[in-house]
Amino acid sequence: MTGTVWDIFILLVKVVGVFAALMVTVLLTIWLERRIVAFMQTRVGPNRVGPFGVLQTLADGIKLFFKEDVRPSNADKLLYGVAPVIMMIPAFLAFSVIPFGFAFGSERAQLADLNVGLLFVLAMGSLQVYGIVLAGWASGSNYPLLGAVRSSAQMISYEIAQGLSLVGVFMTAGTLSAAGIVAAQQGDPLLGFIPRWYVIFQFPLFLVFLLSGIAETNRAPFDLPEAESELVGGYHTEYSGVKFALFFLAEYLNIVTVSAVATTAFLGGPDGPAPDFLPWLWPILWFAAKVFFFIFIFIWLRATLPRLRFDRLMDFGWKVLIPVALAWVAVTAVVLVVDVNLPRPVLLGAIGVLLALLLLSFLLPSSDKEKADRTAPGGSTP
Amino acid sequence: MTSSEQAELIVFIILAPLAVVTALGMVLTRNAVYSALLLVVNFFCLAGFYVLLEAQFVAAVQVIVYAGAIMVLFLFVLMLLGIGNEVVVKEQMRGQRPAAVLLALGLLVAIVGALAAGVFDAEPASLAAANEGGNVEAIGRILFTRYTFAFETAGILLVVAAVGALVLGKRQP
Amino acid sequence: MHPLAQATTQPLPLPEVDWRAIAPELALAVAGVVLLLVVAFWPRAGRGVLAGLTLAGLAAAAALTVWNWDLERVAFEGAVSLDGITRYARAVLLAVGALATLMVAQGDSREGEPDDSPPEVFPLLLFALLGMVLLAAASDLLVVFIALEILSLSLYVMAGETRRLAAQEAAMKYFLLGAFSSAFLLYGIALCYGATGSTNLLEIADATGDPTADGTLLLAGVGLLAVGFLFKVSAVPFHMWTPDVYQGTPTPVAAFMAAATKVAGFAVFLRVFAGALGGLVVSWRPVIAGAAVLTMLVGAALAVVQTDLKRMLAYSSISHAGYLLVGVAAAATVPAGVSASMFYLLTYAFMVMGAFMVVQYVSRLGPPDDDAIGERSSLEDYRGLARRHPWAAGLLAVFMLALTGIPPLSGFWAKYYVFLAGIEAGLTWLVVVAVISSVISAFFYLRVLVVAYLQEPVGDPGAETAPGRTPALGVALGLAGLLTVAIGLAPEALIAAARSAERILG
Repeated sequence: MTGTVWDIFILLVKVVGVFAALMVTVLLTIWLERRIVAFMQTRVGPNRVGPFGVLQTLADGIKLFFKEDVRPSNADKLLYGVAPVIMMIPAFLAFSVIPFGFAFGSERAQLADLNVGLLFVLAMGSLQVYGIVLAGWASGSNYPLLGAVRSSAQMISYEIAQGLSLVGVFMTAGTLSAAGIVAAQQGDPLLGFIPRWYVIFQFPLFLVFLLSGIAETNRAPFDLPEAESELVGGYHTEYSGVKFALFFLAEYLNIVTVSAVATTAFLGGPDGPAPDFLPWLWPILWFAAKVFFFIFIFIWLRATLPRLRFDRLMDFGWKVLIPVALAWVAVTAVVLVVDVNLPRPVLLGAIGVLLALLLLSFLLPSSDKEKADRTAPGGSTP
Repeated sequence: MTSSEQAELIVFIILAPLAVVTALGMVLTRNAVYSALLLVVNFFCLAGFYVLLEAQFVAAVQVIVYAGAIMVLFLFVLMLLGIGNEVVVKEQMRGQRPAAVLLALGLLVAIVGALAAGVFDAEPASLAAANEGGNVEAIGRILFTRYTFAFETAGILLVVAAVGALVLGKRQP
Repeated sequence: MHPLAQATTQPLPLPEVDWRAIAPELALAVAGVVLLLVVAFWPRAGRGVLAGLTLAGLAAAAALTVWNWDLERVAFEGAVSLDGITRYARAVLLAVGALATLMVAQGDSREGEPDDSPPEVFPLLLFALLGMVLLAAASDLLVVFIALEILSLSLYVMAGETRRLAAQEAAMKYFLLGAFSSAFLLYGIALCYGATGSTNLLEIADATGDPTADGTLLLAGVGLLAVGFLFKVSAVPFHMWTPDVYQGTPTPVAAFMAAATKVAGFAVFLRVFAGALGGLVVSWRPVIAGAAVLTMLVGAALAVVQTDLKRMLAYSSISHAGYLLVGVAAAATVPAGVSASMFYLLTYAFMVMGAFMVVQYVSRLGPPDDDAIGERSSLEDYRGLARRHPWAAGLLAVFMLALTGIPPLSGFWAKYYVFLAGIEAGLTWLVVVAVISSVISAFFYLRVLVVAYLQEPVGDPGAETAPGRTPALGVALGLAGLLTVAIGLAPEALIAAARSAERILG
């Protein structure tokens, strides 16, 4: 019996630890975003509360919690209140299958190693859209509804690409489990210095995952559900106070989760050189460093790229990302089955770079002829 | 009863009534959006049952496909058409509703009776054998060996569905 | 270990792919995909080209069917079985598909008018046929379900392909009720799986042969399966959708539905009930026989009061489903029931398609019809047809007389063999009901001929427009008429072919 109680205690400690770490990461992310964007725009950014303004987010959060909670008279009472919570919960739950380190003694640094692993993350991701859709519908107002309709179309479309982009990882790793995928990426470096991470063997899928991940989290340049220049605030226009804070929190939680998944699936998770000193700490540091690398990319893109038009967004998802992901899954399958003299990683890497170049070519500004086509009357879908 | 069996029982006792209540609510509520949401909750209960039956893959797929994609599309259409409010269905034929309720109850009794008679005598199949090598692996294995043909024909079904959606959705000149 | 090598360390014992066994199906699938590509990348391809390609695909499938004629085996670990039912159904279905292609190619556009139905109807027709052929060959309940969905989905879309309100309504009704019945079927499959531990028909047959097994669960499953199949073959009391759907859908599609779904539906009905569940015949025969009685009588009685020819043909198809159910009820104990039913399906398919072709021809005569109502198929439109279009009227007479079952046309022999099998199985009372129903049905079939031959045309004959050139429809009409007469004159060869279809492989 003591064993069970001890297990539960350990689990509780881990849950609380992960929760706290996530909250702190979110606070840091928001602060980082404001500072980095400010830097890129040659502004100063928040620098008053705490050292370098680190505690600014905390102050904002406290302010939001004490703000008056306004509910529009048209709103659906129940769903209006539930929507932010629905948005939050999957964001937290998704993190529970991510291994953020290797082990503390006999305990693995992961809340649960499900055998469906990353599928669970996809499942949670697919639930997020309910938060947005319900928020938009329950507000009983037009702009939020438009944001909700847009986002349901967008998120479903990009979910497909996101799911497909993980398929290649599953195929090469031979498992869906997050810990298994991390384990499959360990091993002696190729040529002595290239790690066996899937970012190399599955480079096109890495790009697809990153792009669809940005779209799934509704971040710029795919932030159409809350496009402030068109829809006021999008799905959360009517929200204020605590409920708005929850949406805000969920958005950044999602960034952290997507970064963590990308780290796990493509950057070897907590894998990295670890000195003998404090062996449990280094993997966690590696993991954190990789996650913050992705978070930086998110922020960087937001500061750099303008928002897409909605029809181009859908075109990009359906006509570029999904075909590329499908083609690459097919290539991976062939490479895995066919006997070749070349080592498989090299082959996959080489084909991957080629395909990635092809994918990137779609991001170049379209030619004049295409532009003419798009602006021709009746030539494009509004 | 081991502690894990106890836990399973507790989860089942929570999920089963919830599943029935949400299913009934889905049929009885007049608000289309609430109806769709109750169905989503029902899908979650189903996913929970699958987990209890150690079919984690099916549970994940249930959530991803049904709750995450299909029902979102339902909501999408409901919102696009603006059918958020009460939908009142008029009875076309007199006595149709009582007759329907009566027949449905009859079907329920028949099926539940047959299930009750059949299930309690049956020798339960071994989960351990079915899930040998892991649930995901076992499903993959059976899809690509015994049920290859059904699996491949399902591909044709999907092609037909896509073409059909295209034909019906295409803007008429 | 090499991380990338993991996936290949434990090769699966992959099943042997028996390409030859499913060669006709593959040909249909390939033709369907090719046509899809043609439609997508060559939007200006004429209907003639598309119809030609479709016919080429059907011809290839037919050639492969002939190549496979003597093959008798179970392929894909029991997913597909090649036996008499499969090959007979393949042949009939491909012929029906060819006639339907001709009808669709004709369309309902007059000279100089754009056609209403989209070009995708050709690939959909091929996919629907593929589903039907698979359904007839399926030897696993999972494959049965998937094949059924392939054909149903294609037909839902084909039914609603035009902008006509009636067609849209028909498609909607067909879809809703079809999905409803699929649910019953699926539940039945689940219960059968629960009771026997397998979805394979051969294994289910083994399990039902075991008298010690507790049958409650299985019987519930069989009941739900029966509901699902009865829905699909539009037997009473699950026939409600049929008249509305047949009346509303474009005539070529209605003809295809009436003929081909019956063939495929009864093929699988025979395989599952007379084959796999043959051991339970005592339990299900009363249900099927009861449904047969209701179907024959209700179909015939309601057909009497119809004033629209398409709607009347729908009710007539219901009553024909009743005669076929007599064959199914007999088939479990009398092998001749299988061959009689298959032969019935063959003759019925050509008769009913022919009747619909005449409807299609006549609907082109009047002024363009109202979009909201549907095509011109009211009995009024047939007044004096014999005087205006003697050939069409003559063919109409052939098909109506065949549907009635007047010797020496094919319909007579079909009924004759089915009734014979019924009597042999000890279902004499059922056959008596069937004969009564035939007599009732003679009334409404012959009334069409009375209208066409003995009544004066209404209105100004000058207002009538020419039907335009109808080469495809003409060929189809000729073929259907020829077959109906020829089968009636020499049924022996075909019934002999059907006899060889009696052995059911699971």
